[in-house]
Amino acid sequence: MTTMAISVKDLSKKYDSGFAVSHANFEVPLGTICGFVGPNGAGKTTTIRMLLGLISPTGGTAEVLGQSIQHPDKYLSQVGAMIEGPAFYPALSGAENLKVLATLGGFPIERVDELIRAVGLEGRGGSKYKTYSLGMKQRLGIAAALLPNPKVLILDEPTNGLDPEGIQEVRDLLKRLASQGTTVFVSSHLLSELELISEYIVMLRKGEVVFAGTMQDLLLEQQPVILVKTEKDTDLQKIIDIAHNDGHQAQIRSGVAHIEGPAEWAGTLNRQAFEAGIILTQLAPQLPNLEETFFEMTGDRS
Amino acid sequence: MIRVIFAEWRKLRRPTLFFGTLGAALFFTGLTTTFLYLMIDSQDGNSDRGRQVGREILNLAGGSVYGFSSVGGLLGIIALCVFAAQTAQEYTYGTLRNLLVRQPGRIRILYGKLAAMKIFALILVLITAIVSISLSYYLSDRAKVTTDLWFTSAGYHAIAQTLLNVTISVIYFGIVGMILGLLLRSPISAISIGVLWLLIIENLLGAVKPTFLKWMPGNQLATIAQGGSSTVSYSHALTLGSLYVFIGAIIATALFTRRDVGN
Repeated sequence: MTTMAISVKDLSKKYDSGFAVSHANFEVPLGTICGFVGPNGAGKTTTIRMLLGLISPTGGTAEVLGQSIQHPDKYLSQVGAMIEGPAFYPALSGAENLKVLATLGGFPIERVDELIRAVGLEGRGGSKYKTYSLGMKQRLGIAAALLPNPKVLILDEPTNGLDPEGIQEVRDLLKRLASQGTTVFVSSHLLSELELISEYIVMLRKGEVVFAGTMQDLLLEQQPVILVKTEKDTDLQKIIDIAHNDGHQAQIRSGVAHIEGPAEWAGTLNRQAFEAGIILTQLAPQLPNLEETFFEMTGDRS
Repeated sequence: MIRVIFAEWRKLRRPTLFFGTLGAALFFTGLTTTFLYLMIDSQDGNSDRGRQVGREILNLAGGSVYGFSSVGGLLGIIALCVFAAQTAQEYTYGTLRNLLVRQPGRIRILYGKLAAMKIFALILVLITAIVSISLSYYLSDRAKVTTDLWFTSAGYHAIAQTLLNVTISVIYFGIVGMILGLLLRSPISAISIGVLWLLIIENLLGAVKPTFLKWMPGNQLATIAQGGSSTVSYSHALTLGSLYVFIGAIIATALFTRRDVGN
């Protein structure tokens, strides 16, 4: 029996405009939460669609729960998914929308009310979908993904439109599902959220996998960062020059100098800045986090 | 496939769609049947395109369903709109991806949807038939039409035959709508192109050269409902109409099963 929930080997999808996904390789072990990150247009949704049998790959192979994606009928009954946000019939109620999918998948209709409650839509299940707020639509999408009591849950941006409380609820829900043995494969732009819950991470850039492995390994690969703010904005470039002269990578992002280097070098920087007549208002050594790492590895500075 | 049919039926049975469609069908049926009887002596005609249908025709065994068969083409247009909208909306709402995740068998999805919509069309046809025949019977006295032959075995045979022909026609129109929905992936485009072709372009071409109508798909399907016409025989309409629908269905099925679902 396979120990991998998802196994992708050399998977590619080529359109006339070029590769949307190019020779991707990664594995997601059973029972883990795996973050799937990458800038917009990196190929995340295309990869997810290929895993769900919605798009045919132009090269390579992949398996979900040990079954080839060429035969999605063999594994999709154990997979829940929400792709590119929720999509339902506006004229039907939330509950009726779920019943359509429950009927189609052969799941018990009683499960609909249970899931409506589980995602916090109690009392609104009978309202038409078109009257839902973005957050409610998102919750309904998550409920639909949970219909099969899935072994693998694939979620594309599940926290879009949710308020902080909703985001926390989704985070807790995903943790709870993972603790019960469900594999969660989740893409999100909320990197700090992913960092909190993910054990594994797959990072895409321009259709190529730039990292696939444990979160721990990813962060260990990265240099610590020192964040520097100066009294005068014009001094930031001088700080960058000081860092470069000492052989450290550095750049300015959102009015803050990000310098790769150990925490101990912060003292040296402080002294050199003082000698150059620069007043520092912030000097904060920081351990690498997913967001920093994401920017480093994907080259996305937006 | 049963699960697909039941799932689709949940969408079709919603009151605005079901009663809205039924209301439109009954309106056209009532209008056509009422004109047929109340304007029986009008010099401007009492049937489509100003044709005169006299008492000698309505007195016959098939008189009870004359109004119903005349409205078959319009019922077909309604079916085309419903089938096209129900199919294309899966693309515009993005719900097709949900359906295919829950039921990856694309052929099963397609034919399950079609089966559910056929049931919808059949209910539509049955109710309009009952209303049209009842209305015809009610108005026959006022129009001095004799109904003695209507409820004989020949009359019942005519009713059954017309019901079958209208059902075939309505379902064929619906399949054309479904094909357009699959090809164009937009309810508005599918319905507008379908209705424009059937109601305007075919009639314009027919006006320019009447023999064109012998080969036009919409005219074949409407002729099936009427059980044949003076210009196109029933067997010709049924053969050619079936051929058009069959070829269209093959192309649409091939596209649906092979095309990537990207929205």
